[in-house]
Parts: sequence; structure tokens; C-alpha cells
Amino acid sequence: MKHLLSAADLDAATATEILDIAASMAAVSGREIKKLPTLRGRTVVNLFYEDSTRTRISFEAAAKRLSADVINFSAKGSSVAKGESLKDTAWTLQAMGADAVVIRHPASGAPHRLANWVEGSVLNAGDGTHEHPTQALLDAYTIRSRMGKIDGLQVAIVGDVLHSRVARSNVLLLTTLGAKVTLVGPPTLVPSELGEYSYDLDAVLPEADVVMMLRVQRERMTDSYFPSAREYSRRYGLDGARVRRMPDHAIVMHPGPMNRGMEITPEVADSPRSTIVEQVTNGVSVRMACLYLLLGGKHS
Amino acid sequence: MKIYIRDGVIVEKGQEDRLVDTGGLVALPGLVDLHTHLREPGREDAETVLSGSRAAALGGFTAVCAMANTSPVADTAGVVEQVYRLGQEAGLVDVQPIGAVTVGLAGERLAELGAMADSRARVRVFSDDGHCVHDPRLMRRALEYVKAFDGVIAQHAEEPRLTEGAQMHEGTESARLGLTGWPAVAEESIIARDVLLAAHVGARLHICHVSTAGSVEIIRQAKARGIRVTAEVTPHHLLLTHELAGSYDPVYKVNPPLRTERDVNALREGLRDGTIDIIATDHAPHAAEDKECEWAYARPGMLGLETALSIAIHVLGQDWELIADRMSAAPARIAQLANHGQPLRPGSPANFTLVDPAARWTVEPHGLASLSHNTPYAGMVLPGRVVHTYLRGEQTVADGKVTK
Amino acid sequence: MAYAKTVLSNGDVQRVVDRIAHQILEKTQGAQDVVLLGIATRGVPLAQRLADRILAFEGRSIPVGTLDITLYRDDLRQQSMRAVGRTEEPPGGIDGRRVVLVDDVLFSGRTIRAALDAISDLGRPAVVQLAVLVDRGHRQLPIRADYVGKNIPTALSEKVRVKLAEIDGVDEVQLEGAPA
Repeated sequence: MKHLLSAADLDAATATEILDIAASMAAVSGREIKKLPTLRGRTVVNLFYEDSTRTRISFEAAAKRLSADVINFSAKGSSVAKGESLKDTAWTLQAMGADAVVIRHPASGAPHRLANWVEGSVLNAGDGTHEHPTQALLDAYTIRSRMGKIDGLQVAIVGDVLHSRVARSNVLLLTTLGAKVTLVGPPTLVPSELGEYSYDLDAVLPEADVVMMLRVQRERMTDSYFPSAREYSRRYGLDGARVRRMPDHAIVMHPGPMNRGMEITPEVADSPRSTIVEQVTNGVSVRMACLYLLLGGKHS
Repeated sequence: MKIYIRDGVIVEKGQEDRLVDTGGLVALPGLVDLHTHLREPGREDAETVLSGSRAAALGGFTAVCAMANTSPVADTAGVVEQVYRLGQEAGLVDVQPIGAVTVGLAGERLAELGAMADSRARVRVFSDDGHCVHDPRLMRRALEYVKAFDGVIAQHAEEPRLTEGAQMHEGTESARLGLTGWPAVAEESIIARDVLLAAHVGARLHICHVSTAGSVEIIRQAKARGIRVTAEVTPHHLLLTHELAGSYDPVYKVNPPLRTERDVNALREGLRDGTIDIIATDHAPHAAEDKECEWAYARPGMLGLETALSIAIHVLGQDWELIADRMSAAPARIAQLANHGQPLRPGSPANFTLVDPAARWTVEPHGLASLSHNTPYAGMVLPGRVVHTYLRGEQTVADGKVTK
Repeated sequence: MAYAKTVLSNGDVQRVVDRIAHQILEKTQGAQDVVLLGIATRGVPLAQRLADRILAFEGRSIPVGTLDITLYRDDLRQQSMRAVGRTEEPPGGIDGRRVVLVDDVLFSGRTIRAALDAISDLGRPAVVQLAVLVDRGHRQLPIRADYVGKNIPTALSEKVRVKLAEIDGVDEVQLEGAPA
């Protein structure tokens, strides 16, 4: 596999392999010496056009644990901020001998463009409102760890699906892995083209094995996607009462950062059903697995 | 077939001072493009009146209407006369400037439409193309005002509030690709409003680059009610669909966006039955840096002059009468270019192009005459090739090469 | 003409394992402080068999772990991507212990080098030794085995194929290749 641009690039066998490798990586993360020599001498560039300290640190830790050289290329204060084009930046990275470029970009499809201009592997770390495949992989990993399987599970993805790259990648990946995904939210934020959907959270909860809450930005309110934060929370927020309508084994996920009190109450976020902290931990292992998959072998 | 020419006009046999033998080639009246972006003044790195004229002649055109969204905007007599003069100097096609409807294309107050009409450029078509004249009251006034000199408003139909941040057709693909959608209703609602306005004030209305099945239906109904509306469709909307955005290559980014196969079929049907009057290229050259970038940051538009006829042949077949009407006679009539679009018979200006219908050619972006290379047809094999083009009896294209 | 010659057949393999178990007991004062680390894939069942034999001979239960060295290989770039197996430390860990690495075939020595790197990331054993079922020669690194089941002289072009009942359904060692 050369690039990881979309969760659609992964078939069930490859996705499962990544999750299995991630489990091996997780074992390494548990021991005293957390480092592996696997990618020694290889260069990974973190090219971040958006502030996302969490994701950048997660990729940086993953690359460093595999002994890769890591170069952080933040768009702020760099030539990029001075108007250098993505193509020119790509040539710079090429000249630096980047074996892999991890890119976070506000424009959908920017990683696809970059892949045309560099010889190394391109790993999509979130592009606009398109996709965030490693987030979907770590969510799948978390689900598998908690539930023991993914195939056959009912997964509800709740909130601002329209603007969510996490939702798009999760729909593709979890469906590939055999889950039945239902998108839930107000009609203004749930495009019917993406799959099964419902506008009624309370009708979906009793059947759900996994409830994945998406971040809802308050700015959406001014764009009339919904009337007020209060009305949104009342109709689509996950609170204790709604959690009690879920099956006993069901888990609650959130990709972070959370708007506590908006889409999720603190009581739910901090409950034992919540996997939010595990998701962050699993992120490093999954990203190690992805880097290994892209760089740990010869490309035919 | 032999064409006899004297002083730039087609004459009867025996009166000619020169003779053109068409051989096995198909003779078409010189093509007329109602919708061309020549980029001069302002973006001479993307196209100039001269380079655009070359592309036009090579595409079989003898007249092009130059859109007003230059820098400075063609909203005064001075700018339209400059473009007109540059066209004369190039001397390859008649360049007929289109005037802006509103000052600076800002959609706030009318430009001096009468001054442009009275200028040496004799402007009759006015358009804010690239922007919609969205204020209904301003649109009504513009439609009314140009009646004084039998002008026409060419509307870029796009309700701006419904297309804020829009990147591509709103549908399955935009949802999948995470690109903000440009819904069909944003075009259709403006067309519906404007045909009613045109009826109300008894004015002529032209609709630029119709792109949806719904628009075709609205125009069909308006025409049936006797409303004086004309419409154009671009070659790319007759052929390409929104799935192409999946590569995120902005060469496929255009406004209005590529639509669905259903829309393409409705546009073809509308073009055949006359609901859509003409093919217009919306030739939109862009410098490499405006296309070799992220989709959202790229400028919309595609080259069209050199490929339009081939796409028309591909879509309509070798129906030369239909092609001559949709690409020459009808656009000349809408633009009021009396010297163009005439049938090839004695008395008509000797504006024509000779086409090899059997030839097939491969589109090579860097082989085109345009200064820019943003053709969506790169690598495609297209039917029909312009061999010679004549403007008032003067050869502008000889054996597929431009003469100056 | 390609050929496949059986070097060790069914009963031979178990006899060789028995001998290695005896050697380990001999050289380590009854396998004191010994832990066995099988290198994936076929070193793993071999390590288990050795532990079983030592238990049978001496009544001593030896901790067994598994080591996957994929992530320590120095030839990743030359090969297509390899699946990663599991590494499981033996109960009680390896710190201060006498670790006996177990593998099926000793060839270039690169696998063992990777295994030594992996071990040093896991902990700090007192001694590391190496037991192999077959030594076929052609070393590329200064590495030798402490316990060798059988030395098999080979040509570089030949392949040594080890089959074990736990994985392959049969115990057998074959030499494959084409004569020069």
C-alpha cells in the first residue's frame, strides 16, 4: 500500500491487519523501552495546515517509537503562511527526502493532490470535511477491544455528519468491517447520500451497540443549521437519561475535542461506558501500524 | 463544393476574385461564441485577446463575445473599446465585447450600459458573468433599460446565498468527497424568477451556461408561454459529469459545476429540440498556479474554444445543419452580429470554416494555442478537425495552423 | 533437475530435540534460571517442545516466551510488507535470567541479530544463548549457536525446509534445490 488517503482505500483484510499490527504495537507501548528500530533512517514529515496538537503529537509519538526521523512542518509562521503553494511545498519535502508525509489540511482532497507531487507515501491526517482515516481506524480498534468484534454491531454516529471527516471515514471503514451504521442528527446536518440515517436519536439508542458522538460547533447555529445550542442538546445531546435507554453493554465514543454540555454531558463523558480516553491512547498504536504498513516494506 | 469570394463577400460564380475549393471538407458558417473569457486586460498571463483569437480561429470561430470580468472590469465605454480594438488588431476573429451589467460586477448599481452601446464597440449583450445579478429589483431595471437599444441581459443564474462556499454539484459525490455542494435549485430559482421578470417588463433575457435538467424544463415552459428567453449550454456540460471531481483535480472545477448524467441527457435533448438555443464555450483560461492547487482554492473554469466543435460533433453527430444553427446562426442572432452566422450563399460575408469530419485528434493541453492548459479533455480522442477558417475571405487558419 | 532430499524424518526430529534438551540441562546446571524464547514462527513450537522434554527429564518447569522480530529486521525495505506476529515475554520476565533463544534454522545470522536487539529492548538477561534445530552455514555475521541439533552442509542456492507437526502436520527437514 502506497498511500492512506481514504478509509475507502482499505478492504476488510487490510483493515483487520492494521488493527492486528496495532495490537502488537500497543504491547510495545506497555513496556519500559517503547522504541522499535523498524523505521530507522526513514523520514516522516508532519505537514500541518491546521492547528491540531492532539493529532500531530499522536503521529509524532508513533513515528518516533518506530525510530523514524520526524520533521514537523507547521504552516503557521513558515513559507506556507507566506503564500507558498502546496505544490512548491511538496517539492521542498521531496528535496528533503521525505519517505512519508502526514498531512492535515483544511481543504478536502489536499492529500490526494499532494500524492501527485511527492514520491513518498502520503497519509491523510484529516482533510477539510472529507476524511480522517486514522481516526476511523483507532475508533474501530477501540470498538474491537471493548466489544470483541465489529462485524454485526449496530453503530450510531450522531451529530454534525455533514461537516465531519470523522463520520465519513467511520461510515466507510465500519461498514467494510461488517457493522451496520446509522447516521443521526437534524436533517440539515445529515446528508442522506452517505448511508442509513435517522432524525430521531431516541428511536436509535435502544438498538445501538456503539454510540459515537460528533463535535458540533456552535458556529453552525449562526448558519441556521439549528436554532440554538439548547434545542440541539435537547434533541441530539447525549445525557444520562438517554444513556439509560441504551443496552447495558453499549459504549459511548467521541473523537474529541468535546463540547461538554452541547453534544454530551460531563456525566456521560466521564462514565465507564465512555471510551474517550482509550481512543486517545489507541491512536498512537494505530498510527504506528499505519506507518509500518506504508513504510515497512518495498512498494511493488 | 466551390466558394466564390470577392471583397470578403461570397459571390456568384464568375464574379470572384478568389476561389476556395472545399474538396472533401464540410463547410460551416464561421462559428460564433457568445461566451468567451479572453482575460485581457488584467490576466495576460492566462490569455490575451491575441492568444484567445488564435484559439478561436483554430476552433473554427469567426466571432467571439468577450466577457466583461476583466481587470479592470468592462463596465465603461473605455474598456469595451480597448478590448474591441485589441480584437481588430489581432485580426483573426471579430471580438465583440460584452459589457458588465453593474459597476465592477458588484451587483449594486447599473454600469453605463447606454454609453457602452453607443461606443465603437456597439455593445448589445450585457452580463455580470461569474456573478449573478441577484437583486431582483436591479435585474428588473437592467432588463427594462436595455430595451432602449435592443440589448439583452445574459444572466449567470446562481442564487448566491445558496452557493456560499460551493465547490461542486450538490449530490452523492459532494457528500462523499466532503466538498460544499452547489445545488441545482440555486440555478433554477434564478432562471424561474428572471423569465417571469422578463415577461413582466417585456424584455429579452439570455441565460448563460444552463446546467440542470430543471433549468431546461423551466426554459421550455417559458418559451411555450411566449417569453423571449434564449439559453446556452457549454460543451463540457453536454459531456462531463460530477464524478470527475473524485480525483480532486481542479481541472474539473467549473461554475456552474459538472452535474449528473441525467442533467447531461436533459441538456442534450433541450439543445436538439431548441429549448436551448446555442452552444457557448465559456472558454475560461487559468494560469497553472490557479489550477495546480487544492480544489477549494482553484479558480473555476475550463478551456473550450479549440475543442467545442469536436464535442458538438461527438454529442450531436454529423448533423451539420443543427451544428451550424446552434454554433453560428443562433448565437449571431442573439448577439446581433449581422455579419456572422449567415448561410454560405452569395451576398453573405465570407466567414466560414472547413472541417474534416473523418479526422480524429488527441487533445494535448500544451499543443493548444491558448496560453493556459486547463482543458478537461486532455488525452481524449475527439472527432472532427478544423482545417481552414476564413474571416471576410481572409484565411485565418490554413491546414490546421493559424496564419498570424 | 530440482530435488527435495529428506534430511531428518519424523522420528529424527524428536530425537534431535531430545538431544538439545539434554545439552541445555548439561550446560546450565539442570536448566537453572533458564527461560526459553521461541522465535516466530517455527521457533515457538520448538521452544515449547524443549520445555516439555526438560520437564519430563528433570521435572523442572521452564518459562517459555515468544519473540517476533519482524519490527527489528534490517531488510524491511528489500521485502514486501510482512505481517507482524506477537511477542510474549515468558512469565517472570527475562531480567537476570539465562535466555535460550530457539529457532529452526541458523543461516545468515541476521534473524538472530534482530532477536538480540529485540531482547535488549525487553530487558537485561544475565546470559543469552542460542539453540537451533539445523545449522546450514553461510553466516554473514559473527554469530554461532550454543546448541545445534544437526549441521547440514548446503549450497547457497539450496533451501532448508523445516516442517513441524504443530504447524505443518508432520515433523520433517528437507533440503531442496537444483544441483549446480
